[in-house]
Parts: sequence; structure tokens; C-alpha cells
Amino acid sequence: MNTEIALFLIQDGLTNGAIYALLALALVLVFAVTRVIFIPQGEFVAYGALTLASLQLGKLPGTAWLLLGAGLAVAVLELVQALRLGLVRRVPLILLKYLVLPAALLALAWWAAPQKPALTLQVLLALGLVVPLGPMVYRLAYQPLANASVLVLLIISVAVHFAMTGMGLVFFGAEGSRTPSFSDAQWKLGVLNVSGQSLWVMGSSLALILALLLFFEHTIYGKALRATAINRIGARLVGVSPAMAGKLSFTLAALIGALSGILIAPITTIYYDSGFLIGLKGFVGAIVGGLVSYPIAAAGALLVGLLEAYASFWASAYKEVIVFTLIIPVLIWRSFTTHHIEEEEE
Amino acid sequence: MSRARMALGLFLAFLLAAPLVLPEFHVTLLNYIGLYSIVALGLVLLTGIGGLTSFGQAAFVGMGAYTSAYLCTAYGLSPWLTLAIGLALTFAVSLFLGFITLRLSGHYLPLGTIAWGISLFYLFGNMEFLGGYTGISSLPEINLLGRTLDTGREFNYLIWGLVLLALWSMRNLLDSRSGRAIRALKGGGLMAESFGVNTARMKIIIFVYAALLASLSGWLYAHLLRFVNPTPFSINAGIEYLFMAVVGGAASVWGAVVGAGILTVLKQWLQDLLPKLLGQSGNFEMIVFGVLLVLLLQRAREGIMPLAVRYFPAPRKQLPVASRQLQRRSQPVAGEPLLTLNGVRKVFGGLVAVNDLSFSMSSGEILGLIGPNGAGKSTVFNLVTGVLPLTGGEVHFRGTRLDTLSARAIVPHGVARTFQQVHLLPTMSVLENVAIGAHLRGKKGVISAALRLERAEEAMLIADAARQLERVGLAASMHEPAGSLALGQQRVLEIARALCADPVLLLLDEPAAGLRYQEKRALAELLRKLKSEGMSVLLVEHDMDFVMNLVDRLVVMDFGEKLAEGLPRAIQSDPRVLEAYLGGVI
Amino acid sequence: MSALLEVHELSVAYGNVEVVHKAALRLEEGRIVTVIGPNGAGKTTMLAALMGMLPSHGSVVFAGKEITRVEPEQRVGRGLCLVPERRELFAAMTVEDNLVLGAFHRYRKRDKSIAADFHQVYGLFPRLQERRQQLAGTLSGGERQMLALGRALMSRPRLLMLDEPSLGLAPLIVRDIFRVIAALRETGVSILLVEQNAHAALQVADYGYVLETGEIVIEGPSADLASDPRVIESYLGLVSSHTA
Repeated sequence: MNTEIALFLIQDGLTNGAIYALLALALVLVFAVTRVIFIPQGEFVAYGALTLASLQLGKLPGTAWLLLGAGLAVAVLELVQALRLGLVRRVPLILLKYLVLPAALLALAWWAAPQKPALTLQVLLALGLVVPLGPMVYRLAYQPLANASVLVLLIISVAVHFAMTGMGLVFFGAEGSRTPSFSDAQWKLGVLNVSGQSLWVMGSSLALILALLLFFEHTIYGKALRATAINRIGARLVGVSPAMAGKLSFTLAALIGALSGILIAPITTIYYDSGFLIGLKGFVGAIVGGLVSYPIAAAGALLVGLLEAYASFWASAYKEVIVFTLIIPVLIWRSFTTHHIEEEEE
Repeated sequence: MSRARMALGLFLAFLLAAPLVLPEFHVTLLNYIGLYSIVALGLVLLTGIGGLTSFGQAAFVGMGAYTSAYLCTAYGLSPWLTLAIGLALTFAVSLFLGFITLRLSGHYLPLGTIAWGISLFYLFGNMEFLGGYTGISSLPEINLLGRTLDTGREFNYLIWGLVLLALWSMRNLLDSRSGRAIRALKGGGLMAESFGVNTARMKIIIFVYAALLASLSGWLYAHLLRFVNPTPFSINAGIEYLFMAVVGGAASVWGAVVGAGILTVLKQWLQDLLPKLLGQSGNFEMIVFGVLLVLLLQRAREGIMPLAVRYFPAPRKQLPVASRQLQRRSQPVAGEPLLTLNGVRKVFGGLVAVNDLSFSMSSGEILGLIGPNGAGKSTVFNLVTGVLPLTGGEVHFRGTRLDTLSARAIVPHGVARTFQQVHLLPTMSVLENVAIGAHLRGKKGVISAALRLERAEEAMLIADAARQLERVGLAASMHEPAGSLALGQQRVLEIARALCADPVLLLLDEPAAGLRYQEKRALAELLRKLKSEGMSVLLVEHDMDFVMNLVDRLVVMDFGEKLAEGLPRAIQSDPRVLEAYLGGVI
Repeated sequence: MSALLEVHELSVAYGNVEVVHKAALRLEEGRIVTVIGPNGAGKTTMLAALMGMLPSHGSVVFAGKEITRVEPEQRVGRGLCLVPERRELFAAMTVEDNLVLGAFHRYRKRDKSIAADFHQVYGLFPRLQERRQQLAGTLSGGERQMLALGRALMSRPRLLMLDEPSLGLAPLIVRDIFRVIAALRETGVSILLVEQNAHAALQVADYGYVLETGEIVIEGPSADLASDPRVIESYLGLVSSHTA
């Protein structure tokens, strides 16, 4: 293999790796704050990509209907709870957050989609339709079980993945989509061909990571999330409720997922069920980081991207086999470095 | 005849008649339910009872199916031979995979199973010699007892025969010494280890067993359809198997059949009827399964079986007749030096929890270890029982050094313990809970248990457990579920369990905590009685009323060090002790 | 003056054990009330239940409102604050961040006076100001207790509940901590103090309750309790009773 191909593979690997790194970070974040191993992270990637694809075609994305339905379900649950506790003051806010807002977004999408607005607006609209699903999924599937064991939460995650994938098929159809690139630019740096899209992906990933760092270091809500991850009881005692922390972390995870989907939609064809494998590759990165360390998880994910690029060049049929078998040596390594904590559960 | 027997009889009659009278479509459905039940049974053992979650069973099913498919078509081997080869291969692979993941904390196993489940699926689909995504066809039929099983109806008998065999072996396994060890894995691992159970080994055993069952199911599938391709062995199938085990629940092995049945029929209905009703095709069963599982886990985490089991009360158990008694060790002479702590030190990071502690006790005495909150009593307890390693110093017991041994290795020397928070298996009977204490006094393993060859030894173990219950006065509740006892009785149960390990020294961790006045009196009486039989007792306690009137001597700790030692009266009037408890004037 | 906190027939179960049985107590605004008792009496469980961290039966009325079914996070917003036995600090975050988080519910309400409270806390605990940027996990035992107290004060509580502040601390540090507790009364905070160290607690408190195996057995002005022999008995057991 010559340098040109090697560099191309590196670029390809780093581009995909950047996405996997974002997903790995989201997974570590959600696990640290809520102890949920968020298998459905990949579904948000698919939803983000397919929603944008829909808008690009001038059609109303199915996500808008899903958002309304989920909002309705959450509203019902919250209203029942509020009324049972006699907290009538909360009712208007509940209706606003979970019924009015989704309906407004649906109406906006209905009006805006056929007009095919500028790309930036389409991206914002796609995010607006997908991101609110995050906290809703938390409220519906996880909040009632906040104190369950990690294993039970994991099985819930798998069940949510099933449901979201099935709904993806219903709302998006079985066909794959590929959106147009953000940029068709190509630059030649010596032997290296740098594509504009790759720069977009890597640049956006870096920007997002920076934004998250600033959020966690310098805002009160960011600190509250960190506190919940470090000590749940201490967090409750200063007024940070697990429900708030859960919804916020799921919002961030949905944002990261949807953005990732929007970024790779021009590069790969996304189907309703593509999200699962993409999410799992982010997972391998997260496991390299032991589900605790952000930098190691990101590094692991980049490695996965590079490995995948090389594997697809040399043995493309076995690409998935290689990437997922990688988990075995990682687990062996982790089994020697992590101290086994006895989890007395149930 | 009990309700359970009648139901079983009816079910068996149904299985005999069904392939003869039901239409083809239903027989096929029954075949699939049977195949899935075998896999789900392994998962009930692994996940429901053992607490280990696996999403990768479909990969093992594929292993069994593909081994047979390839070897039969490429080399013309007999299916029975390829079954054996497939099982051997699955054994080796599952042993390796189990070894590397079961050492990690709980959630790494399911993640690992998802990863290699996907990996194996793509392997099956991409290897040329396995036929790629088109698969292998024209597999031979199975020949059983001279008959060629070439119709679904005939195959049904083979499948369900094996299902019943697997259910029988599983039930035997769970109802044995090894079975008690397995049932202690989920939620009682620490307790089981302190009675000698090798939990790591048991976990690997059940993981391999589940994999073998899956492989068997794969072989049956291959020769039923006489065709294999990768699709049924995808990660989605693996997830559905787990869902079956969760729906069925771990309360009874029949849960596997119930779970498999419900989900298979539901899937059929969803795939056939719903698209016609809604006028749209789609993966509705995924949505329904997903939502169903979330609701189930939120509302009825134990699955469906607990509801059914309540309707079929278990028959009154008879105590087995033991021909011989278990060997008992001889008690040491009263006054002989028993346990000695010498300069024991424990440091956690920068914190010195126990600092140069030394004391000893003799055989036949009751020694109390007391001290204010945070003094380090529980740490000392955990050091002596092998739960925590020492930073310095030594612990000697009848001439052996205990501090170098793990919790599991300490028991055979004659030391048994109870726990501060009661560590029982609430759904198991009182008798079975106590029998866990005798784990190391038996030898028969998993295979003897599954084939019911260990009945003689089991009778001896159970008889000893019954004897200990008699000794502590709980014989009347022998067959009740342990969770139904009052706290005071549960603490006495823990003592009976410790006695079942045939100890010389009992270590009791806050035995009076949470007990009411009458219960404390009964407990003190029991301990005095045990002492009169030659037992030595070391107890950690906070309840002063209880302690002062029971112990022979006291050791008082404060800030990790020994503050005072002596007779109860002397301790109560020792000014240093008063200051430690009530605080000095500031 | 009506009581800031009134507790009636409080019963708390931990698993299947009733740890606190029909406890009743009353705290007037501006006072320091202490609950003492031997280890295992249920003191920590009682405070956890008052904070809402454990479910309970009975009634808890705070500032005139029934709060028995209010979540702990909301109780903080109403002016109730707990410094637990284990401190529950954010070990991997700085001292300053721990204090900032103490005022979390006030940030949500856009309270403008938070900065002033920083000065107050640093004034009370100069050592914390020195170690502002240090990670909380690297502090000594006494400093951690100070940080836990400081964090609680940042929430501007009306009632501060302290669970065994002397636990694990050397006598000199205990003295410092109790001096601060006494000084806090001047700032208008009411204090419910749970302690195993009966002497120190009764010296600083106005009124005391003795909790033994989940029940309040003695109560009275702390000066009276300090000289009551029954208190010693509840800690060290009856000298010559035979419970057999």
C-alpha cells in the first residue's frame, strides 16, 4: 500500500472515529450520571440522519409524529403523578413542555419542510425534532426504575433499542438515505486529499467536545451533572434530583447522537437500523475507557475508526467481525486492570 | 393428586397427542416453541437464577447448527456424531469466553455477549465454506431408533423429548448442593463465598451449561429444517431469547417454556395479523416486544411464573432418610487458646482503620468486641473472616495463620460467621438456606446432581441442616420460605447455617441489631446454650444491655485501637470507656 | 412562638426492621436541639427520614407545612438541610465547586446574594479559603467536616440538621466544630444536632432527646439531661439487670 492510500485510510478512519468518539463520550456521560448503559444511543444517530434527509426531500419527517406521541405519553404520566400529589400548580408547565411544544414543532415542520429552507435551518429543525425525544425516553422507560441494578437498566436499554428501531421502520420506511455533503470542497495537501466533509465532521466534533467541556466546567447545571455522577446522595442533598440529572444527561446524549447522525448522513447511507452498529462501535471505545474515563474512551473510539478503515480495505467482508472481536482482548485487558467489585443486587 | 401433578399430566398428554391431531401449521409452531424453550431454559439458569445476562445465546445456537450442517454436507458424517462435535466445540468456546468475562463486574458480560454475538453472525455470513448468506442446504435427516425423522410431526417428539429431559436435569440440578450454590449467586455471592462456595467456578459452569443447551437447540433446528443460514442467529434473535427468559421469569424452570410460548405465538400473530389490520407492513413485533419488556420490568420484574406458581402450591416436602450422619469435627478442650490477633493493622488509603490491635480468646468463652461508632469493629471482623486483607500483623487460629487465607479457605478450619444485614435467600426454604452452611461437607458435583446420582449425600446434608434447626429451635419453620420469617428468627437461621458448617468458633456480626426485647432474650439463651455445648463465640455488638449480660469478657475499641479489656462490670465503670462513649468535656 | 419543626409519631422501617418507632420532637426557631443516644439507636435513620431520603410513617411539619411526602430536593428549597454522617462530598471536585453546588437551588431561583454567602463561609472556615482549588477528596477529616458544613450553609437553610459532626474527629477538631455550631445560632439558623458524644452535644444545645432502640426515652433541657444518670445507663447498659 502506498502513502496515498494509507493517508486516505487514516482520514477515513479519523472521520468515522470522530463520530464514534462523540458517541463514546455520550455513553460514558449517561452511564456516569444514571448508571444506564445506553444502547439506543445509535438510534438517535439514525433518527437525526433520517430526519434531515426527509427535510432535504421537502417531506415532513416521521419524527415529528413520534415526538407528539411520546410527548402525549409523558404528559399523561406526569399529570397523573402531579394530581396524585396534589401539585396542581405544575399542570400548566407539564402541558406546555410535553404537549404544546411538540405540537408547535410538528406545525413548524409541516409548514417549513416543503419550502426546503437553508441547510442550517434544516439542521436546527432536525435537532429540534429529535433532541426532545431524549428526556422523554428517560421519563418513559428509565425514571420509574432509577434505583434498579445496572443489569436491569441494561435490559431496559435493549428493549428501548428494539422499540425505537421498530418505530424507525414505521416512521422512516425501509429505504436508506444519504444527504448531500455540507461541502464539496477538496484540497490537496501534498499526497493527501482532504475532503471538506471530513473537515466538517472533525471540526464539528472538536467544537462539540469543547462546548461540552465548557458546559461541565463553568455552568451550574454542568457541575450538577458531574456531582450526580460522583455522589448521587450528595447531589440530592444539595437539591439536584436524579430525575433532573437523568433528563439533562439524556438531552445531551440525544443532541450528540442527532448531531452525529447529521454529520455522517452525507458520508454513509443510513437505514432505519444502521444506528445500532454505529452506536456499538462507540461502545467499544467506551469500554476501552472502562465506562469512566472520557479521554481514554475517545482515544479508543478513534482507534476503532482507524481499525475499521484498515479492515475494510484489506478484508472488507470481515470488517464487522474484526471490529467486534476487538472487544475480547479489551475485555481481557480490563479484567486484569479493574478491581472486581462485588455487586450485591436484588 | 396435587394441582401441579394434574397440570403436568395434562401437558404431557397434550404433547403426546398434539403432533397426531393438530394441523401442520400448529405443529410447526409447537416445534419452534420447543426449540426456543431449550435455549430459554439455559437463560433462565444463567440470567434468572444466576444473575448473569447474556444476549449472545443465538451465536451458540448457530455454532451447533453450522457445525452439524457443514460436517454433514462436506464430510457426510452422521448427525449424532456432529452433535457431539458441536457440543465439544461449544464447550471449548464458551469456557474461554466465560473465563475472560466473568471476572469483570456484572455489566461487562452482557456487553461482551452483544459484541461477539454480532461478530459470530458476520462470521457465519461471510465465510465461503459456510455458504455465506445463502447458507447450507440438503442436510440429512436424523435417524432415531431405526426411524427416519423426516416430518415435522415426528420431529416434534424428539424436540419435546429433549425439552422434558433438559427440564428434568435442570430441576435436579437446582434441587441439590450445587443447585443451592447456584441459587446463591444472585444477591448472595458474598455469603456463599463465606461458606466455601467457589462462585467464580459456578458462574462458568452455568454459562457453559447454557451454551451447550443453545448448541443442542441449534443442531435440532438444522436437522428439522435441513437448511441453515445466518439469519436466525443474529443479535436480534439473541435479544429475543433473553426476552423469553425475562417474560417467563426465574421462579420456576417452566418459565422457559412459558416465555418461549408467549413470545413465539405473539410474534406469529404480530407478523401475520397486524399488517393486515393496519394496512401497513412493518416490524411491529420489535415495537411490541420492546414496550412489553419495559412495562414488564417496571411492573412485574419477576416475570409471569410467580403468578402461575402461586396457583400451583408445591407439595409438602418430606425429609429424606439419611443412612449415615455427616462427620463432625471434635471440639477443642475448654480453655485451650483458640484465636489470637497480633498487632493487626488495616490502612485504607490514608486512613488507619485498625491500629496495632492485639487480643486473644480461649475455647469455650463468649467474647464481645464493642466500641463507639467508627471505632473499627466491623473492619476487624472483616479482617478475621478473610473479607479484607490485612495491612500488617497476624491472625492465628488453633495454630494456623488465618490472615493469609481467603474467606472461602477459612471455613474448613472451623470458623463460621453471620452477617450484620441478614444475608438470606428469601425464596428458598429455611432448611435449604441452612444447608448452604454445609456446602464444604459435601463433594458431589454438577453432573451427579443433574443426573440425580447424589441422593445419599444430599440426604446426609439435609439431615444435618434439620438437626441444626432443631438445635436452635426453628425446626417448626423448616419448609417455610426464609423471607417469611421475622427478623429475630432470620438471625437465628443465620446461626443455624453457621452451625451447619461444623465450626469451632462462631463469629457473630451485630446479632441483636433490630431485634425486639423478647427476641433478644431468646437469642441470648441460645448463645448460652451453645456455649454449654462447647462452642466458642466472638461477637461484635452495639447493644449494651444484650452484651453485658451475656459475654464472659469484653474488648473495647476506639479510633481503631484497643482501649480496654476485661470483665463486663469492670468495663462499665472504666472512666476511659465512659469517656469514649459519652464523650469528654470540651 | 410556634415550632419550626414538629415531628409526630415518626416511624421508619429499614428493610423489614422498624428502626424508629413513633418518635416525637419539637424544635423552636433559633434553637439548638440535640438527639443523643447509643450506637444503633436509630439517630441517623431518623435524620434521613426527616430529610426525605427514607420513607416514613407519621407526620413531619416544617414551617407550618406538612412535608412528609416532599422529595429531598424540594425540602432543600424550603430551607431544610442535612449534613449526613458520611458527609457525601464531591470528592473529585474542588472545595469551591462543592460550595457552589451547595447553593444549587438558589442558582435556579436566580438568587443574587450567593456571592455574599461565600464570604461568610470562608470567614467561618479560613482553612477552606486557603484550599479553595484543592480537590475535596484530598482534605483531612476535620477539613471535610468543615466543607460539609460550609456546603450546607451555602443553601441558606432555616433548619440545619447535623448527623454526628464529631464522628472520626480528634478532640481538638471536635472542639472547633462545636464552637462553630454554637456561633451559627447567632446567624439565625436553627440546628437539629444528632450526636453520639453526649457531653459535647448537651453543652451546646438548648434542649435534648435521648433515643434508644428507636424510641425517645428521655427528654428535657440539656442542662438537666447532662446530670441525669439515666443517660449513662442508656449508653452503657444497666449495670446489674438480668435480662435472662
